[in-house]
This record gives sequence, C-alpha cells and structure tokens, in this order.
Amino acid sequence: MNKIVYGLILGGILGIFDGLTAWFTPAVRSQLLGIVVGSTFKGVIAGVLIGFFARKVNSLPLGVLFGLGVGLLLAFGVAAMPSATGEHYYLQIMLPGGLVGLIVGYATQRYGSGGLAPSPRT
Amino acid sequence: MNWLSDDAISRLQAASALPDLAGTRYRIIHRIGSGGMGAVYLAEDAVLERRVALKILDLPEDSGELATRLLREAQILARLEHPGIVPVHDAGTLSDGRVFYAMKFVEGQRLDRLIVSVGALSDRLRVFQRICDAVAFAHARGILHRDLKPDNIMVGPFGEVLVMDWGIAKILHQPAAPAAISGDEARDAISRDTLKTGHGTILGTPGYMAPEQARGEVENLDERADVYSLGAILQFLLIGCGATPRPVAAIALKAMAEDPAGRYASASEMGQDIARFLDGLPVSAYPETILRKAVRWGSRYQLAIVLVLTYLVLRIVLLMWFRR
Repeated sequence: MNKIVYGLILGGILGIFDGLTAWFTPAVRSQLLGIVVGSTFKGVIAGVLIGFFARKVNSLPLGVLFGLGVGLLLAFGVAAMPSATGEHYYLQIMLPGGLVGLIVGYATQRYGSGGLAPSPRT
Repeated sequence: MNWLSDDAISRLQAASALPDLAGTRYRIIHRIGSGGMGAVYLAEDAVLERRVALKILDLPEDSGELATRLLREAQILARLEHPGIVPVHDAGTLSDGRVFYAMKFVEGQRLDRLIVSVGALSDRLRVFQRICDAVAFAHARGILHRDLKPDNIMVGPFGEVLVMDWGIAKILHQPAAPAAISGDEARDAISRDTLKTGHGTILGTPGYMAPEQARGEVENLDERADVYSLGAILQFLLIGCGATPRPVAAIALKAMAEDPAGRYASASEMGQDIARFLDGLPVSAYPETILRKAVRWGSRYQLAIVLVLTYLVLRIVLLMWFRR
C-alpha cells in the first residue's frame, strides 16, 4: 500500500473515531452525524497531505512534526467556526486533531511503500 | 621387479579417467561431481580467463544415445535464457570422442544443504518463489524439467537461485523461434528421433516424481508433473522451520494431488499463491472461514490497529481531562 493511500485510510478511520467522541459532549450530541462526516473528511484530507509529504521527505521527526502541524491546522479551521451555542471548542477539537496528525505522520513515515529510495553511497 | 603401489595405481586410474581437453580452450581444475550420463568438472576457460563447469560424457559409446542426450540438454539450456536457469556457454566433442558442454560455474550451496542455515519460513518461501519463476519460464518455452528436487537447485552467495540438471528434460512443444545452438553435433542432435523417452520409461527421483511419471506415462506428462515436484520441494522446505502455516501446507498438498487435474495448472500459478501468502493475502489452495480471514486481516494490518487503539486510549484520556 502506498503512503498516500495508507495516510488516507488511517486518517479516515481516526477521523471517524474522532467525530464519534463528540457523543460524550452532550451540548453537541444532536449534531453528531455532521460532526462525524466533517471529522472523517478532515482526517482524509490530513492523511493525504501527510502521506504525500512522507513520499517526498524521508524523515521520521519531520514527518511527525508535519503531521502534527497539518492536524492542528485543519482542526483549527473547524474549531474557529462557532457552535450552535456560539461557543468555540478550540482545545476539545484541536488536541484530538493534532493527535490524529501525529499518529498518521508517524505511520506514513514508518510504513507504506512509495517513499524516496536512499541515495547510493559513492 | 618393482610393483606399483596401490596409491600410484589409483592415481594412474584417476588420470586416465580424466577427459582429454587437448585442442580446447579449457583446462580441468578438479572434478565436482558425477551423474547418470557423465561427470561435471570445474575448469578454466583460457580465452576468457574465467571458471566454468564442464559436463563431459563418461566414455564414448557406440550407440551415441548418451551423446545425443547430453547435447540435447545443452540445447535446452541454450533455449532457456533466464536468471534462474544455469546458462550454457559452449558445446562440442573432445578429441577422444566424448561430448561435452560448458556452463556457468555456480558458486553457492545446494538447496538441501542451504536450508540448514536458513531458518525463517519467509526466506525459504522467497527462494521457492524464484524456483517457481524459473520453472514457469521453462514451461512457457515448452520444456519440462522432470527431475526437480533440492539437489538440483543451487542458491548463490547473493541469493540467486539456479535450477540445474536438465538432463532428462522433455520438450513439450517447439517455440516459435528455435534457439540457435553452436556446433554441428548440436544441430544433428535435435533432428534425431532418439531424443524422445519411450512410453513406459521411468525417469526422475522417487519422492519428487509425480505419480504419472513414476508409472512411466511419458506421453501424458505435462507442466503439472513439475508442479508435483515443486510441491515436494515445498514440503522439504517446511522441514525444521517450526509450525507450518495452514495455507502453505495447503499449497504443497494441492501441488502434490494424486490426480493432475487437482494440482495447480502451472508453476506460475503456484508461485503466485506463495506470493499472496507472503503478502498476507488469501491463497487459492486454502478456503478461509470468517474467523481465519479476520485473524489474517488483523495480522496484516497489525500496526494500523495498534495505532487506532493508541488513539482511542489517548482520546479517552483527553475526554476525562476535559470533563474534570
């Protein structure tokens, strides 16, 4: 499985779980379906971007850092939109979002095919 | 009167048995081994300054049948240009009338000796895959090996796998463009009818020979006879590497089915099943229950499952922290 597909699938799965955890916040429980769809979409986008980065850059620290950054950025985009009550859930959305990016960043660097071949020694 | 010592006599016997390579580009270094038709020697090619293996008929014979067979073997090898099949360089007749051919000298270990040092099943299966590739190539060129066994497989120091000893190979059909063979003898040999093995003749190695081959049904042999031998080699490779996974055992069993119709239709089909097993995919020889499918899926995506579970644990920790 290539790194982009790997990132896409893993990001999507984590996105679903991320969205489902909204059930534990009673204030937004009524919007659960929309949250799950949005969260999955966010995970897929993050996964593809991180997978693409992993194909270009072969470095675990940079991959994890990039994953964290993409996860936080996309989650910030969602958290910046106020909820029905007008509240912002920056921490509740951005922390798990960053976690998703971090995990996908690690996984796409360590696994999945299609990375850059190491340069031959001269 | 001085009698020759036993040692001197045995030396003289050995020297007289050595083939006379005068007038050729080869110089014998030592004898490597011997088979039914002749002996194989390690030799030096004086022109190209490289080591080669020379297969030389034991003694000139009146009927010329063995000479024809040896040349036919060289012709078959010349037709099979593949990284998994030992390449032939030259063929001809020595001044003493013995027929010979020169081939690549393969440095490495025979498969039966190699498995002592290769313990991992996946490594053994990768070697086996390469054997299947070479045999499948020969089948595509219309050649049956008919004597596949661990002794006839060499594994080189860089992991290259070479199928050797095509002495009793059978030509199933001529390829569209016949391979060019050097030497008049070789051209004569292919036109002779004596190349065919008569019905009822049993050639092969017990334990690795397909039942129809063991019965001497020469005319009925096809690719599936070699598939049977591949199954026997696979079973041999499974010895001493711990518990055999059921799909691999099923592949070997299918290849060794008594009825050729129950076997893989080709060596490449068998090789593909091995490749699917190595990739964590289902194999055609082993129908899976839902539970087994789940276990295989779980082990294939072990890391992704661990990462998702890690995420869930961390997510729960975050939720509890937010609720504080």
